Amino acid sequence: MAETAPKKLDLQRRPMPKQEPEVRSQNFDEVALGYTPELAMEEARRCLMCKRPQCVPHCPVEVDIPGFIHCIAEGDFSGGVRILKGKNALPSICGRVCPQEEQCEGSCVLAKRGGTIAIGRLERFLGDWASAQEQQSIDLPTPTGKRVAVIGGGPAGLTVAADLVQLGHEVVIYEALHKMGGVLVYGIPEFRLPKKTVETEVDYLRRLGVEMKPDYIVGKTRTIDSLLEEFDAVFVGAGAGLPWFSEMPGNNLNGVYSANEYLTRINLMKGFSFPKTITPVREHQRVAVIGGGNVAMDCARSALRLGARSTILYRRSRDELPARLEEVENAEEEGVEFSFLTLPTRCVGDDNGWVKGLECIRMELGEPDASGRRSPMPVEGSEYFLPFDAVIHAIGNSPNPLIPATTPDIEIGRKGNIVADEATGKTSKPRVWAGGDVVTGAATVILAMGAGRKAARSIHEYLSNPGSEW
Amino acid sequence: MFKLIENRPLVPNLHMLRVEAPEVARSVQPGQFVIVRVEEDGERIPLSVADWDSEQGTITLIYMTIGATTHRLSRLPAGDGLPTVAGPLGNAMEIDHFGSVVCVGGCYGIGSIYPIARALREIGNTVTIIIEARSSYLLYWQEKLKQVSDRLIVITRDGSGGLKGHIDNLPAIIERLPQRPQRVIANGCNFLMMRASEQTRPLAIPTIVSLNTLMIDGTGMCGVCRVTVDDTVKFACVDGPHFDGHKVDWAELNKRRQAYLREETIPLRSSAGTAEQ
Ligand SMILES: Cc1cc2nc3c(=O)[nH]c(=O)nc-3n(C[C@H](O)[C@H](O)[C@H](O)COP(=O)(O)OP(=O)(O)OC[C@H]3O[C@@H](n4cnc5c(N)ncnc54)[C@H](O)[C@@H]3O)c2cc1C
Ligand SMILES: Cc1cc2nc3c(=O)[nH]c(=O)nc-3n(C[C@H](O)[C@H](O)[C@H](O)COP(=O)(O)OP(=O)(O)OC[C@H]3O[C@@H](n4cnc5c(N)ncnc54)[C@H](O)[C@@H]3O)c2cc1C
Ligand code: SF4
Ligand code: SF4
Ligand code: FES
Repeated sequence: MAETAPKKLDLQRRPMPKQEPEVRSQNFDEVALGYTPELAMEEARRCLMCKRPQCVPHCPVEVDIPGFIHCIAEGDFSGGVRILKGKNALPSICGRVCPQEEQCEGSCVLAKRGGTIAIGRLERFLGDWASAQEQQSIDLPTPTGKRVAVIGGGPAGLTVAADLVQLGHEVVIYEALHKMGGVLVYGIPEFRLPKKTVETEVDYLRRLGVEMKPDYIVGKTRTIDSLLEEFDAVFVGAGAGLPWFSEMPGNNLNGVYSANEYLTRINLMKGFSFPKTITPVREHQRVAVIGGGNVAMDCARSALRLGARSTILYRRSRDELPARLEEVENAEEEGVEFSFLTLPTRCVGDDNGWVKGLECIRMELGEPDASGRRSPMPVEGSEYFLPFDAVIHAIGNSPNPLIPATTPDIEIGRKGNIVADEATGKTSKPRVWAGGDVVTGAATVILAMGAGRKAARSIHEYLSNPGSEW
Repeated sequence: MFKLIENRPLVPNLHMLRVEAPEVARSVQPGQFVIVRVEEDGERIPLSVADWDSEQGTITLIYMTIGATTHRLSRLPAGDGLPTVAGPLGNAMEIDHFGSVVCVGGCYGIGSIYPIARALREIGNTVTIIIEARSSYLLYWQEKLKQVSDRLIVITRDGSGGLKGHIDNLPAIIERLPQRPQRVIANGCNFLMMRASEQTRPLAIPTIVSLNTLMIDGTGMCGVCRVTVDDTVKFACVDGPHFDGHKVDWAELNKRRQAYLREETIPLRSSAGTAEQ
C-alpha cells in the first residue's frame, strides 16, 4: 500500500457500526453491520504484531492472529484469508459468535491501552470479504478412494468434512434436519448470524465436493453399523439437541416452550415471516425466558422483535450471567428486562390450558462454593407471582439419545454424551470418531470446530495407515 | 426431492399419497411415521407410513386434508417432488405373540393400522380389525384389510355400512368375539383413541394408542410433542408415538393439540384463495 503507516499508534479501538437499538428491536436483520475496509485497516494497524502473541494460545484453533491482521493492515485481504482459513474453515461465523472476550481478545496485551484488538470483527471482515469475491476455481487433490460419513451438519461436522475433502477423501454429511448448519441455522437467530452467511460457507463445502444428505436421521433412516459397511470411517457430530425443562409443575401448559422449539419456529422455519411462511408462531404480550446464557439472550431478543415485552429470569445476579457480555449489552439496549435473583417455581395456567404467569421465589447469593461461584439460595417466604403469556426454558440441552440407543457398543458418559478421546476424537467403537457438543455437552462453535479439526487429523492418519491399531 | 408417484383422493377429505423414499422404504417398521415438507420454507408435518414397497422404494401415506399443509399437498400432481420425506421416525409398534389382538382404525388410522395388523398376523396372532367412520362412503381399503385379518368389523354412525354405532360399542363387539383379546391397538384421531381407551379400561385390556401431537423436528430436539403418560413427561416423537392409552393425560393432549388453532387458519385463508372449502 502506498500509504505510510502513522508514526504514533492510534490506540482507540474502532467501534463496529450497528443498527440503532430502537430500529433493530423491530426487525430480524443483523444487528452489527461489520467493518468497512477502511475501518478494518485502521483497526488492524493498532495491532502490535507481538512476537510472542498472547492472543493466539487463547484461540481454541490457534489462528495465526498477528499474521492475518498484518495482511489486513497492508490491504492484502486475500493473503489474510489464506492465513485465516488455514486454521479456521468458518471465519465469517466465528468472527460473529465466538466468545472473544474470554478467548483471543481476552488476552490481547492492548487491554489497558485503548482496548483489545477487535480480532473477531477483523476475522468476520475477512470472511465476508472472501465470500463476496469472484469464486475462484478450487484445486482438488487426487482422490484417495477412502470414504467418510459425517453425522450432523453443525460446526463440528462441517469442519471434519472440509478438512477431509481437502485431503482427497470422499465425504458424505448426513443431517437430520432439512438444512445444514446445526445450531447455526436452527438456534442462533438471524439478527446475530445471518443464515445467508451459513449458507455461503456450506455452499463452499459443496463446491469442494462434499456430498450433503439432509433429512437423514442416523439411527433411524440407517444405523452407524450399516454406514460402517459402506464407509471407511464415521464421525459423529450430532450436537446436544435434547432440551431441558426446569422441574416445576405446569410445564406442559400451552405457551410454555423449550428454547429449541421457540428458536426453531422462528429461525429454521422462518416464523418471523409468518403468515407468509406457514409454521405458526404465536404473538405473545409478555414473555418470560428462564436462564442466563446465550440461548436465553437469543430467545428474549427474538421475543422482543416479535412485539412482546420480554423478561429474562435468572437465579443469580448480573455478574454471573454466563452469556457473552456483548449480547447482554445488546439485549439491555434493545429493552429486554432482567429479573435477577429470581427462581420460577410453578407455571400457572388458565382454564383453557394456557400459561398465565409464573410463581417465583426471591434468591440471595450465599458464600462462593468450590467452583468459586456464589450459589443462590431461596429467601423463605418471598414467593410472588409474575404475569406472562409465554414462558421459554433456556436452561440447557444434552446430547440426543437417538444415536447411543441405536449404537449399543459405543461408550456413553453419565450425561448421555459420547465418550471420545480428547486428542483424537476416537470413541470406544472402532472406525468411529466423535466431537463437538455430543461429546462435551453444550459448548461453543469454535470448540466444536476445534474438536472436528482434531478428529479429521486422526481420521486422515488412520486412513493413510490402514491396519493401524484402534 | 422425493418424487410423487400417485396422489389422489381416496374418500372425501382423505388422500392417498405414494412417494419415492427408498431409504425410508428399506428400514420402516409398522407404526413408524415420516416428517413431510411440501414446499421450501414449508411446515414439517408428521404422517404415518400406511404401506411400503422396499423393492420399488416407495411408501404410502394416507392423509386428511385439514389445514394449510395438507391442502397444499393435496394439490400436487404425480411427478412433482416433496423437499422433505424424513424418517422412519418414532418407535415401531410392539409386535409379539399376544394371541388375539383387536386393531381399531378411524380416519387416516384405517390406513396406518394396516401394516400393524399385517405384522401381527404374520407371526400368528388372531387379528380382528374394527374400522369406524361417520358413513360408509368414508371407508376405504376394506379388501386390503380383510387380507391381513381374521375378521373385519365395520361400524358406521349412520348405519350405512356394517354395524350402526360408534367406538363406544367396543365392549359389546369384544364380548361377541370368540376369544377375549389380549390387546387392543387404536389408530386415528385422538378422540377415537381416547374413547377406545375409555371403553377398554374397565375391561382391563391393555390398549396401545399412537398419539397425534404437534411436532416440528420429530427427532427429540424441540419438545413440542410433550405428553404426560403415567404422570411423567414424554416426547411423543422419540418415546412414542405409541403409549398405554389408559395412562395418557388426554385432557392435556387435547389442549396442546389445539395450541395453534387460531394461527393455523391464517395461512389457510391466505393461501391465494385456492384452499378447498
Ligand atoms: C441459541 C444458541 C445460541 C448459541 N450462541 C453461541 C454463541 O454465540 N457462540 C458460540 O460459540 N456458541 C453458541 N452456541 C453453542 C454452539 O452453537 C454449539 O456449541 C455448536 O453449534 C455445537 O456444534 P456441533 O457441531 O457439535 O453441534 P450442532 O450445532 O448441534 O449440530 C449437530 C447437528 O447434528 C444433527 N443431528 C443430530 N442427531 C442426528 C442424527 N441422528 N442423524 C443426523 N443428524 C443428526 C442435528 O440436527 C444438528 O444439525 C449457541 C447455542 C444455541 C442453542
Ligand atoms: C405420529 C403422528 C402420525 C400422524 N399420522 C397421520 C397420518 O397418517 N395421516 C394424517 O392425516 N394425519 C396424521 N397425523 C396428523 C397430522 O400430522 C396433522 O393432521 C397435520 O400436521 C395437519 O397439518 P396441516 O398443516 O394440514 O393442518 P394444521 O394447520 O396443522 O391443522 C389445522 C387445525 O386442525 C387441527 N387438527 C389438525 N390435525 C387434527 C387431527 N388429526 N384431529 C383433530 N384436529 C386436528 C389442528 O389443531 C389445527 O388447529 C399424525 C400425527 C402424528 C403426531
Ligand atoms: S476463531 Fe474465535 S477465538 Fe479464534 S481468533 Fe477467531 S474469533 Fe478468536
Ligand atoms: S496480543 Fe493483541 S496486539 Fe498482540 S498480536 Fe495479539 S491481537 Fe495483536
Ligand atoms: S417433535 Fe420436536 S421433540 Fe418431538
